[in-house]
Amino acid sequence: MLVDVGLRLAWRNLWRHWRRTWLTVGAMIFSNGLLIFAMSLQFGSYDMMIDNSLHAYSGHLQLQHPRYLDEPKMRYALDNVAAIAERLRRELSLDSISARAAGFALASSEERSYGLQIVGVDPVHEPLVSTLPGLVKQGRYLKPGAAGEIVIGAVLARNLKISVGDELTFLGSGFDDSFAAGIVTVVGIFESGMADLDRALAQVELGYFQDVFAMQDRGHSLIVRARNIDDVESLQAQVKALLESNQDISLRHWEELQPGLRQAIQADMASNSFMYVVLVVLVAFSVLNTQLMSVLERTREFGTMMALGLQPARLSRLVMLETALMTALGLVLGIAVGLVVNLYLSRVGFSYPGMDEVALKFNLPERIYPAISLASMTLGPAAVAIGSLLAALYPALRLYLLTPIEAMRAV
Amino acid sequence: MSSIRCRQLCKTFKQGDEIITGLDHVDIDIEEGEFVCLSGPSGSGKTTLLNAIGGLDTPDSGEIHMGDIRIDRLERGPLADMRLHHIGFVFQSYNLIPVLSARENVEFVMQVQGVPAAQRSRKSLEILREVGLEGMENRRPAQLSGGQQQRVAVARAIVTHPDLVLADEPTANLDSVAASHLMDLFVELNQHHRITFVIATHDKRVMSYARRLIKMQDGKIISDEPQ
Ligand SMILES: Nc1ncnc2c1ncn2[C@@H]1O[C@H](COP(=O)(O)OP(=O)(O)O)[C@@H](O)[C@H]1O
Ligand SMILES: [Mg+2]
Repeated sequence: MLVDVGLRLAWRNLWRHWRRTWLTVGAMIFSNGLLIFAMSLQFGSYDMMIDNSLHAYSGHLQLQHPRYLDEPKMRYALDNVAAIAERLRRELSLDSISARAAGFALASSEERSYGLQIVGVDPVHEPLVSTLPGLVKQGRYLKPGAAGEIVIGAVLARNLKISVGDELTFLGSGFDDSFAAGIVTVVGIFESGMADLDRALAQVELGYFQDVFAMQDRGHSLIVRARNIDDVESLQAQVKALLESNQDISLRHWEELQPGLRQAIQADMASNSFMYVVLVVLVAFSVLNTQLMSVLERTREFGTMMALGLQPARLSRLVMLETALMTALGLVLGIAVGLVVNLYLSRVGFSYPGMDEVALKFNLPERIYPAISLASMTLGPAAVAIGSLLAALYPALRLYLLTPIEAMRAV
Repeated sequence: MSSIRCRQLCKTFKQGDEIITGLDHVDIDIEEGEFVCLSGPSGSGKTTLLNAIGGLDTPDSGEIHMGDIRIDRLERGPLADMRLHHIGFVFQSYNLIPVLSARENVEFVMQVQGVPAAQRSRKSLEILREVGLEGMENRRPAQLSGGQQQRVAVARAIVTHPDLVLADEPTANLDSVAASHLMDLFVELNQHHRITFVIATHDKRVMSYARRLIKMQDGKIISDEPQ
């Protein structure tokens, strides 16, 4: 007699109308599976989105002058950037750290002039923090020590009507407010799919930039890319420890560098949750219907139990126990289904028609892989379970209105 | 606890514009250990009286005492507890829980009472043997005959050692052999356990078992005689 009579009664009551019960449990399994699939994919696409946009250019962490984030002016620079970068790479045993310096300039070809951001980079380490060097579609990327070379975005190239091998002059102001100008040869044209970069970014070698803009050994940022997005926080702590309490350098997290990214994700989450809520409400109504029917057709039986001396609370508990058992079945089987789908998709990936074109255009992966996490596996099923139990409260609490005599007279 | 005293019980029902008399100034005293039959034609108020005594329905006026408790004044909760611990019901149509076996039906009430599992198990087997259902403990109601189901219902009613068993037309759905077996069982339980029985019936065979016969008509008691 290991199983309590009440539990056994609840379990057997479920199977009095096994089709109806399976229909409801089936709706739970389907919704749980769908929610797990959708959320895992959604979280997976956020991971992808974050990874792609950070890998493209900004990195996971940046070291900057404390005021540079709010006012990206040339004079808010860090001293001796190349040496700091070298030291960090050594101390953290992490190669993906690269120094940059940046300024604004007016670029002119023979025919036209456009404003752009010109950035001095370390051609050896830049490819380790940014995908941009790999997106050079014509020509090649910068070579170490190559003064007088520039790579520019595809839109800028089109606007300036220049191509690889052409010359370009730029004009800006240097660190000491002196006049900064140069003549460079376009060695490569990149196409990132990100409008801002393609339209208004150009890169030259860091040393050359420092010469032309009179920066000496200064730069504006050190870009740090963690091995994995999950490592960012621990890496941040390590870097902080290395910097000790250096007041002249601020360590910026990617959420500060790209505040729009979090906002975009949150907006997307909000619009998706609406669909999830609809799904949960539908399941809840199905439970309401099932349990209401099941309680109504057992009115006589409940009347007998009350005559025997059972109080309504106990009958309500029985109905809730039945619902809980159904919910548990839906939960376990739903999570199993969701897990199987997720495991399959994490092997083959997921894509929808037309996705490969978009992916190609914006330099995204052609397939999304689900992010299997505790949250993505349990959030949906938990909501379904809570919704179902709440829905069953109405039929369960209705039993308080029953009187034994009237209930026993019911057919 | 178990002597019952009813004073001036009245109960009417409304059906549309019509007012139907269920009980009309009924006075009865039933002592502990009595074996009483309530007889009378259909509609004479037998069920209404049993329901009032059993605390399933409250009279419009009058008093019902069980020992020193005014049960017509009890709240719903204490009333349910009183039924659970002191009164056993046997209904015309058995009213067993269809998904539970004979034994589980009997155990269910004990579980509600909070009897520990081991004791429940022992007592349910014992009581089912006593009502003559040895070997059928694990059958569901649908696998039992009407007489057997009624015995399970009796087992369920008496397993809690109630002071009083109220049976409403318990033989109405039984053939005469099953009916006389059931009545023999009632008499035996009445004698061995000193359980008070009040049985409503219009079955002549049942009345022959009575040691006191109360006749009702139109909600009134028209005769009350020892047999
Ligand atoms: N809930 C009710 N609504 C209306 N009339 C009722 C109700 N219960 C009983 N009655 C009426 O009260 C009278 C007594 O009924 P009852 O006690 O069931 O009689 P008996 O059990 O002797 O056949 C009958 O006329 C019956 O129709
Ligand atoms: Mg009757």
